[in-house]
Amino acid sequence: MAKELKLMKGNEAIAEAAIRSGCDGYFGYPITPQSEVMEHLMLEKPWEKTGMVVLQAESEIASINMVYGGAGTGKKVMTSSSSPGISLMQEGLTYLAGAELPCLVVNVVRGGPGLGTIQPSQADYFQATKGGGHGDYQMYVLAPASVQEMYDFVFDAWDIAFKYRTPVMILSDGAIGQVMEKLYVGDYVPRWTDEQIAEKAPWAAFGKPAYRDHNIITSLELDSAKQEAHNHHLQAKYRQMEREDVRFEALDTEDADYLLVAYGSSARIAQKAMQLGKEKGYKIGLLRPITLFPFPTKQIAELASKVKGILSVEMSAGQMVMDVKLAAENKCKVEHFGRYGGIIPTPHEVLEALENQIIKG
Amino acid sequence: MFNPDIIKPENLVYKRTNVLTDAVMHYCPGCGHGTIHRIIAEVIEEMGIQDKAICIAPVGCSVLAYNYFNVDSLGAAHGRAPAIASAIQRLHPNHHTFTYQGDGDLAAIGTGETIHACNRGENIVIIFVNNGIYGMTGGQMAPTTLLGMKTATTPYGRCVELNGYPLQITELLADLPGTYYVTRQSVQTPAAVRKAKKAIRQAFENQKNHKGTSFVEILSNCNSGWKKTPVEANKWMEENMMAKYVPGDIKVDGVKVR
Amino acid sequence: MAIKGAIVIDTERCKGCSVCVGACPNQVIALSKNVNGKGYNYAEATKDDCIGCASCAMVCPDGVITVYKAKL
Repeated sequence: MAKELKLMKGNEAIAEAAIRSGCDGYFGYPITPQSEVMEHLMLEKPWEKTGMVVLQAESEIASINMVYGGAGTGKKVMTSSSSPGISLMQEGLTYLAGAELPCLVVNVVRGGPGLGTIQPSQADYFQATKGGGHGDYQMYVLAPASVQEMYDFVFDAWDIAFKYRTPVMILSDGAIGQVMEKLYVGDYVPRWTDEQIAEKAPWAAFGKPAYRDHNIITSLELDSAKQEAHNHHLQAKYRQMEREDVRFEALDTEDADYLLVAYGSSARIAQKAMQLGKEKGYKIGLLRPITLFPFPTKQIAELASKVKGILSVEMSAGQMVMDVKLAAENKCKVEHFGRYGGIIPTPHEVLEALENQIIKG
Repeated sequence: MFNPDIIKPENLVYKRTNVLTDAVMHYCPGCGHGTIHRIIAEVIEEMGIQDKAICIAPVGCSVLAYNYFNVDSLGAAHGRAPAIASAIQRLHPNHHTFTYQGDGDLAAIGTGETIHACNRGENIVIIFVNNGIYGMTGGQMAPTTLLGMKTATTPYGRCVELNGYPLQITELLADLPGTYYVTRQSVQTPAAVRKAKKAIRQAFENQKNHKGTSFVEILSNCNSGWKKTPVEANKWMEENMMAKYVPGDIKVDGVKVR
Repeated sequence: MAIKGAIVIDTERCKGCSVCVGACPNQVIALSKNVNGKGYNYAEATKDDCIGCASCAMVCPDGVITVYKAKL
């Protein structure tokens, strides 16, 4: 595939990837720090290039329901927002999960709670990985750590979304969304034809052909026995994700005494902290979860029995650390270090925390 | 009873359309929803658009409408049907996406989605069933509940001080430039049903010609919620509902006619 | 030559709402004294004065009435 080098913001990379990955529709609402996604789309006019629909909705609630509509007809559709907007979308997300609709939702996280701040944060981890809306469901959550990954994960998201008939979230943050980096973009992947949709999404409500019964997209099942069976089916999908589609990156973990666990922006800061620590003679490894759900539980469990301690580094008050602790099963000490409310930690702060809380602690 | 020579296929003048499924509808005896479902399905059959029709069912009494329309369907979250339909129709511009919504769904929780879909002039058909009450949840006040009307949450009658005014959302929507056809119909008599069906046909024809939003309000009884027999409820509707919600066309071909 | 009509009512699906009773211009329909499987007093034709106008079918919420018409 021909590769083209570009310089882009993370948010723009999401938009560019949407156009090039055969996305059929984007529905969104402006909110800082992710507004460049729709701005880039409107500038590029993909409806002239690929036939992709772009629509600015009246709210995030409308946006996510537009996604529900498009996804229900078997189209590749997406939205993006930032934390307060994603909170408004939780209603739609639980319906999407319940009705088993594939789609992509990008959260360029900012600090909270409430209106919070427009600076980067990772405080939406719980919301993204533990369901978010009502009912027993989970989303597949990808955490990019670079502009290139913002781009690449859009392509990956469609594969996962349609493999499992599930909403996929790209959980980014204001730093990755706003930073400009080089990235390689590839050729345009054509949008699916009606025939391809009928073949790949035979369940979709794209208009009843004579050869089959009418398709119904709904999350409603009033018969509790059937609703429980549906829940069993959803849980089986989540277990399959855990078996087949966990993604992570391990750096220098083989002979590490101490392990940093961090995702997204924090992982890049932790990587620098790891280098600073090595200069001081510490043997430090970094485990970067790329999927936050399914979580690399097995890999952390294995490392927990080898290392002396684990520091979970997040731009939150301590959310992912709970999953790290569950994975480590008390085999070693697990601590959390975080800055939050829109503050990005420095590598020196991270190393200092590792020394104080783990190495000397 | 009847001459058996009459009951032959060649003499058939009316039968249930196969754009309705065989499922027995869950609606209360005499409820207008069944009649409205039937005439929408008949229009879809007559226009030959069953393969292009996509129904967006609401939350409320007609939450299970997708079980009755023999077309591809989606169940919406409460009030969100116009947003869902907007996206589907834009992604499938030659399809016939229609929403079927009650007064609570469309005019209370879904007011925002309704107004903005109409204001964008989305090429969708909105069927708005107004019976002045929340039927499914047990007869609570709706935005369209009449002043003085008793419901489960206005047990002493709706009053302005406590509850504000009945919302004439249809007149409001007619003021938006995106709406092409806005009408109010009813289904309590054979003549009214025939007129309502004609209006629904007009709405789908407008959509076929990409004219923008067609909005068909249909007054209907909720005899259980109003605590009346079906026949009494229809009479009460004519005497009370129609005084506030006057039937007839409000906007035709993009021009207000009243 | 007279125009004669006939209706066939799917009595098992009828809910006995009686909206069709008042819609008939010739008072052909009444609710039966008998009930169907769901316990409803279903609609039935009581005389042979049907003109096949389909008014009953028009207002039937459950679509249970089929109408025929012939010139005899």
